[in-house]
Amino acid sequence: MAQFTLPRKSKVKPGKKHSIADGAARKKTFNVYRWDPDSGENPRLDSYEIDLDKCGPMVLDALIYIKNEVDPTLTFRRSCREGICGSCAMNIGGTNTLACTRASTDIPGQVAVYPLPHMEVKKDLIPDMKHFYAQYASIKPWLQSQTPAPPDRERLQSKADREKLDGLYECILCACCSTSCPSYWWNSDRYLGPAILLQAYRWIVDSRDEHTGERLDELEDPFRLYRCHTIMNCTNTCPKGLNPAKAIAEIKKLMVVRTI
Amino acid sequence: MNLTTPLARVRGLGSAKHGTEHFWQQRVTAILLAPLCLWLVISLLGLDLQDYGEVVVWLRTPVNTLLLLTLVVAACHHGQLGVQVVIEDYIHDDWQKVTSLIMVKFLAILAGLASILAILRVFLG
Repeated sequence: MAQFTLPRKSKVKPGKKHSIADGAARKKTFNVYRWDPDSGENPRLDSYEIDLDKCGPMVLDALIYIKNEVDPTLTFRRSCREGICGSCAMNIGGTNTLACTRASTDIPGQVAVYPLPHMEVKKDLIPDMKHFYAQYASIKPWLQSQTPAPPDRERLQSKADREKLDGLYECILCACCSTSCPSYWWNSDRYLGPAILLQAYRWIVDSRDEHTGERLDELEDPFRLYRCHTIMNCTNTCPKGLNPAKAIAEIKKLMVVRTI
Repeated sequence: MNLTTPLARVRGLGSAKHGTEHFWQQRVTAILLAPLCLWLVISLLGLDLQDYGEVVVWLRTPVNTLLLLTLVVAACHHGQLGVQVVIEDYIHDDWQKVTSLIMVKFLAILAGLASILAILRVFLG
């Protein structure tokens, strides 16, 4: 059966409290999930009260400030700090999003910061993305064409065909959508999830690709594609404002179109 | 220790190459059931359900019998398709899953046939 409660060793316990906001006008408390695989202890929720005037406006700025000033062992991924690399995807205030584009003041009250849900945790806020990336590799995310490219220029595409890629090519594979999807939580071993299906559709709809049928063949499966029950968490949570649910619906439409 | 690569685990046994039929049938039966359920509720509200004779007279008209038979077949099919999805979603043990799936199909066939038999008995007197 699907597992609805955390295993005993994964239950989150109360953690340490830190405050470096004495006399601050703009205090904010961040409750951050902490887990060290080497300690053998349960995960805990550490609390950090900081002065928002001493760090940048985003949650990532606050996390970097905490790491620099309070606790250098706090572990998280980050790189571009401008919403284009997807490294700092985490669950902030109950929603999967990018720490670098989420303003601390947008979250009322204390800010809960957890790793992406239902992923194996490597340490603190770092999920194991191995399976997610393998799923991405499985859809062959590159142009497949039998016709050789013209020797003297790129493969041409009409403006209308290029526009079909809008809302798809912007995906940064942060996994916010997939890890917000209950279907993906229960069946990620076989269900590809919204992010990968959006990427699959990006190649299916590309006018230069000649393997549309084969791509659809690979997706035609009760689990790989049809575990999507249009829950729409993916679209709701996407930090880039994309619509993976629509991309999945378009794939299902193509599946029906080719049978009737 | 599992030494298979992540990609091998994702590819697994490959695509089942079906699922669209299930998806399509679920939608078609839903479209069929929406007006049929409305028709049934409106019809029952117009009947005195305490009066067996009145209900039998209503059911014996060929149009009502036909519509009710269609509703029963569509509902049983739609229901078993839906429960199949729930089982596939939440039951991960292979034996439990296969047993539940077979049971649901059997129950749907049994419920459907029993309903058809009951409706035909009333229709044929």
